[in-house]
Amino acid sequence: MAVNADPGSVAEVRESLGEVGYLADEPAALVAYLAQRLGKPVLVEGPAGVGKTELAKAISRATQRQLIRLQCYEGLDEAKALYEWNYRKQLLRIQAEAAEGAQPAADPAAPGRGAEDAAGKVLGDIFSEEFLLTRPLLQAIAATEPVVLLIDEIDKTDQEFEAMLLEVLSDFQISIPELGRIEARTHPIVVLTSNNSRELTEALKRRCLYLWLDYPEVEREMEIVRLHAPELDERLARRLVEVVHMVRQLDLKKPPSIAESIDWARALLLLGADDIDASLFARTMSIIVKHRTDMDLVAERVGMKLGGVQGLGAEAAG
Amino acid sequence: MSPPGRRAVRETSPGAGQERARLGSLPPGLAPRLVSFCEELRSEGVAIGTSEILDAFAALENVPWTREDDFREALAATVAKSQDDRRVFELLFDRYFFRAAESEALERGVSEDRRYDGGDGLDLEELREAVRQAIADGRDGEMRDLARLAIAAFGRRGEGSGVIGVDVQRIRRTLGLQSQGRGTEPGEVELDRDQINRFERHLRRELERALIERTEKLPPSRPLAELDRALPTSPAQDLTAVHRAVTQLKRRLATVGHEQRGRRRSAVVDMRRTMRASLETGGVPLRLKYRPKHPRRPEIYVLCDVSTSVTSASVFFLSVLHALHDAFRKLRSFVFIERISEVTEVFERERDFRAIAERISREGGVADVSGYTDYGRVWLEFLEEIVDDLGPRSTVIVLGDARTNGREPHAEVFKQITERAGRTFWLNPEPKLYWNYGDSVMAAYERYTTAAFECWTTRHLENFVNVVAGGTPIVEQ
Repeated sequence: MAVNADPGSVAEVRESLGEVGYLADEPAALVAYLAQRLGKPVLVEGPAGVGKTELAKAISRATQRQLIRLQCYEGLDEAKALYEWNYRKQLLRIQAEAAEGAQPAADPAAPGRGAEDAAGKVLGDIFSEEFLLTRPLLQAIAATEPVVLLIDEIDKTDQEFEAMLLEVLSDFQISIPELGRIEARTHPIVVLTSNNSRELTEALKRRCLYLWLDYPEVEREMEIVRLHAPELDERLARRLVEVVHMVRQLDLKKPPSIAESIDWARALLLLGADDIDASLFARTMSIIVKHRTDMDLVAERVGMKLGGVQGLGAEAAG
Repeated sequence: MSPPGRRAVRETSPGAGQERARLGSLPPGLAPRLVSFCEELRSEGVAIGTSEILDAFAALENVPWTREDDFREALAATVAKSQDDRRVFELLFDRYFFRAAESEALERGVSEDRRYDGGDGLDLEELREAVRQAIADGRDGEMRDLARLAIAAFGRRGEGSGVIGVDVQRIRRTLGLQSQGRGTEPGEVELDRDQINRFERHLRRELERALIERTEKLPPSRPLAELDRALPTSPAQDLTAVHRAVTQLKRRLATVGHEQRGRRRSAVVDMRRTMRASLETGGVPLRLKYRPKHPRRPEIYVLCDVSTSVTSASVFFLSVLHALHDAFRKLRSFVFIERISEVTEVFERERDFRAIAERISREGGVADVSGYTDYGRVWLEFLEEIVDDLGPRSTVIVLGDARTNGREPHAEVFKQITERAGRTFWLNPEPKLYWNYGDSVMAAYERYTTAAFECWTTRHLENFVNVVAGGTPIVEQ
């Protein structure tokens, strides 16, 4: 139980997140700490690729809890998120029961009362937990061990789904008409992420702690990159992060995420690079920039700063 | 109102009581302050419910209140639930607790008499250098001390002109603090605007403190200026705001008007749901369940005026168009002055906003002779080109000022267009006050549109989206 105990301080949370490979900044560590202390869901917002989902995963690793993930998308409904009756199994059961019931009452003209009773029994039977398909939310609520529930990209769903979440998030319970109320046995840590593509409802926000994650500063991103690519030379790492920051300054369709910085660092390691110059940048740029139009823009602006524009132009064309 | 979770957590952690004792609960007197701080946030438009205040208290019990950063973050996480709210929170937090501390000091008669000693005989050059260094390093404590020294040296012993803003600027100029590229002598540390702003805040704060001590009363608290509370804007951020509004518009257009296209109008049987329903009748599918029909994608036609009379607005309009293109697949865009020209392809190929603007002006071919807008001709051409494509699912959005330069408006042609299209919206870059003055024939067109809006800020754009969605307007019109 020691691992599931409440953390004593913010520093402790920060440390344990660091141990599992997530360098949290002060606000993120504090909110993670509060989430565990208060048992409130956390709403994490921020641009894509700043480590919102990763935060939830890191919390699950740090607390040694299982991670249950609900990936949201447009049109996600209760049957996919909460629970569903396994109708195939139910049908089979009904047919099996019917076949059994039919044998004793061989006389078709007088179907006995026994069959009707049996039907009532079957109906009671088939709406039991045995026939319930649990989906992520119910899974998290019904788990015997404490879990971390990640509701990813909540802004992709519609408002009706959000409303349905309210019961789960504030009371940690789910009502199933046929079974009654299922209450949480343990207290899950809930993390919701949003890319801010639409305003979430006030009601949902009110129930959550709020955390805004932004792209990290140069120093912290360097630490992150060096944590995941430890063999990378410090000077090169700084250069890399500075270039990535330069790229993020531009108005791109998709600015490079932290994960892409790390990928790039690893690629540079593989290539045995010792400096980022214009030609190396032109060759490896596709790791951090993923749109053709973006690439043109980045090649023009950043390539220029790195020096050797002519060479770059030739390589990009080739 | 307390979430059951909190109870559960307390029960499962036996050591919690001890920890709480170590962290200490809030000191007496802080609770009413917090509540009144929340009141102030509310008065600035941050929606804070009672449950959020309770959450804030619960959170603050868990962090040491003596550490300002933790205290501030914990409070922010529970009461400020968006980036805008957070910004207002930051502004108010500093001001509120500064005022609270000062009023307490006044009440108890605490003051620092000799705060400006040592101001005489300072070497101006040395001070300048020290200030620059402190700003560059970003050390708050040092900046505060130096701000005091600077006030002592140039602030006429803290009296100054009586208007704090004037004094701040005077001291800044005397210190020769200017942002990058302007007046920096070679060899000096370069400072950017933000860093200097931070120092200015310290100056302002110290000057306020001195003023409060001198006059022995707090200045009246004012609501935040609109300028302060808005996020700092740059063209890129404006573009982001436009994009956000357009994303909302996309959701609205995708659903509005399609409510009736639910399950009833469709004929595809949903097997899963039918089976599920059949269980109630012992496995006999008595009632068929149909698969919901997916709302069809809206078709959008955007017509954008790019003539000189809307020059200032056309950049804004083009960015709206730009954002629309990112959001919708079935979108055709047209620009017009005297003639109309389809630019859908330009938007699809070019990403860079400036390149789009350039290409449109270069190859749009919309100006004929005079360069004045000819709405009548534009309608005729548009109708001719698009007539067969328009249908009840089409939405036509016109961005323009309806200034015809005295030419025939051909309102009846516009009427034909609006009759064929499902909905027509008109966004006018001029304030409503100017509509129908001079050569504006807005009224002639307005009565055929589904709705017409003034639209010259992103706020108006959001308003438009809101109204389209059937909500209430957020801007008084």
